[in-house]
Amino acid sequence: MELENLRHGTELIKRGFARMQKGGVIMDVTNPEQARIAEEAGAVAVMALQAVPADIRKAGGVARMADPEIVAQIIDTVTIPVMAKARIGHFVEAEILESLGADMVDESEVLTPADEMYHIDKTGFTVPFVCGARNLGEALRRINEGAAMIRTKGEAGTGDVREAVRHMKKIMGEVRELAGKDKEELIKVARDIEAPIELVLESADLQRLPVVNFAAGGVATPADAALMMRLGADGVFVGSGIFKAENPEMMAKAVVEAVNNYDNPKKLAEISRGIGSGMKGMSADTILPEETLQTRGW
Amino acid sequence: MRIGIIAIQGDVSEHIDAVERALCERDIGGEVLEIRHEGIVPRCDAVILPGGESTTLGRLIEREGIAGEIQNAAKNGIPVLGTCAGLILVATRGDEQVHKTHQHLLGLMDVKVNRNAFGRQRESFEINLDLAFLDSPYTAIFIRAPAIMDAGPEVDVLSTINGRIVAARQNNVLALAFHPELTPDLRLHHYFLDMISVT
Repeated sequence: MELENLRHGTELIKRGFARMQKGGVIMDVTNPEQARIAEEAGAVAVMALQAVPADIRKAGGVARMADPEIVAQIIDTVTIPVMAKARIGHFVEAEILESLGADMVDESEVLTPADEMYHIDKTGFTVPFVCGARNLGEALRRINEGAAMIRTKGEAGTGDVREAVRHMKKIMGEVRELAGKDKEELIKVARDIEAPIELVLESADLQRLPVVNFAAGGVATPADAALMMRLGADGVFVGSGIFKAENPEMMAKAVVEAVNNYDNPKKLAEISRGIGSGMKGMSADTILPEETLQTRGW
Repeated sequence: MRIGIIAIQGDVSEHIDAVERALCERDIGGEVLEIRHEGIVPRCDAVILPGGESTTLGRLIEREGIAGEIQNAAKNGIPVLGTCAGLILVATRGDEQVHKTHQHLLGLMDVKVNRNAFGRQRESFEINLDLAFLDSPYTAIFIRAPAIMDAGPEVDVLSTINGRIVAARQNNVLALAFHPELTPDLRLHHYFLDMISVT
């Protein structure tokens, strides 16, 4: 086989990568040691970032992509895929992460946005992207820009799952509403939610998003993870919830097992026992509107 | 006919769709079972290990008590298909990367695997692949794919890329480094279903 016969970075390959993550837990890590703990616990991938969202909230200032040195160390440490966050619109951070060998880039509202008008044109990249969304319109706009995976935004760093629940239910509900509509009505929906008609038609036909849809933003316990799976998530991102917990090793393993046993309360009870307390967190409704992360991006 | 798909993690629904479409085309009755816990594998006429993260899959089939059941089934001649991560799990031996994560291998096929033989996600690729039993090339999707570095005498090599084995069969065990469940072409699922009636 000649190497020039290989086709890289096609839609099938990018979306296919996201599909391999289904039923799995992706954990935020800030150093190689945490990455090893995540891998040992059974995470399907790790997300490299400078600080977990709870600490980003506390620290304030500008949050940027992680130090390339740390990302490279994490890549060298684990065999599972390594994802990393770039700022919204910061295509150069994304290019740097791609060149480091990151397996997926999260264009994330958790970092300080670099562009207030435009998200990254993700179609030109070989590396696949995941993006946050609060509703169907936002999800389909990101997919139209080339996102191979969607996750709910939730409210990162709070340990309060309510916003992730809100966003997942909203997206699922909007997709269900598409069923039974005729083409003219779907065209109107596309106009109303500011999404491309082709993707609205595809979602109506599939009765789901055209790409993998994970839960993220406030998932802090095995029960939270199971709840999101019950609501129809394809898998779960856990940010601060692991390494802000009393016992990260036990919490990490328990969340992984909870995702595999999400529909078995008896098993979930066993899994959740004696694993130490979850992150302290903060109630999402105590955050001032201008300090929410989910309103970044559009 | 009952086809069990290990449904712990990975692209399970894609395999279910592909098997259901293949059964439909053959016009034979069949049931596709999702396997997340012990007790189901012994009731299956064939078992599929899907693509996903082999480290995660390996850990969870062990924790859930499914690993031993698959080994018993394979010993009894039940056809087993492993795709991508599944190819790693059916192997007897792994490279450094596999050892590093204390990966549990099922040891169903006498091969040594290289976990990410073709590199990271940016090196993932599509290719028109020739397979020994097909008369025209198959569009094969390789995602952070493994490959077989060397194979024992019992193993039939079905396809290679630059000397690396990407499809192989040892009696009732079929291993593919790529993802036949991601493309509409059902020829490989049909090939696997043929193994059920033969064995």
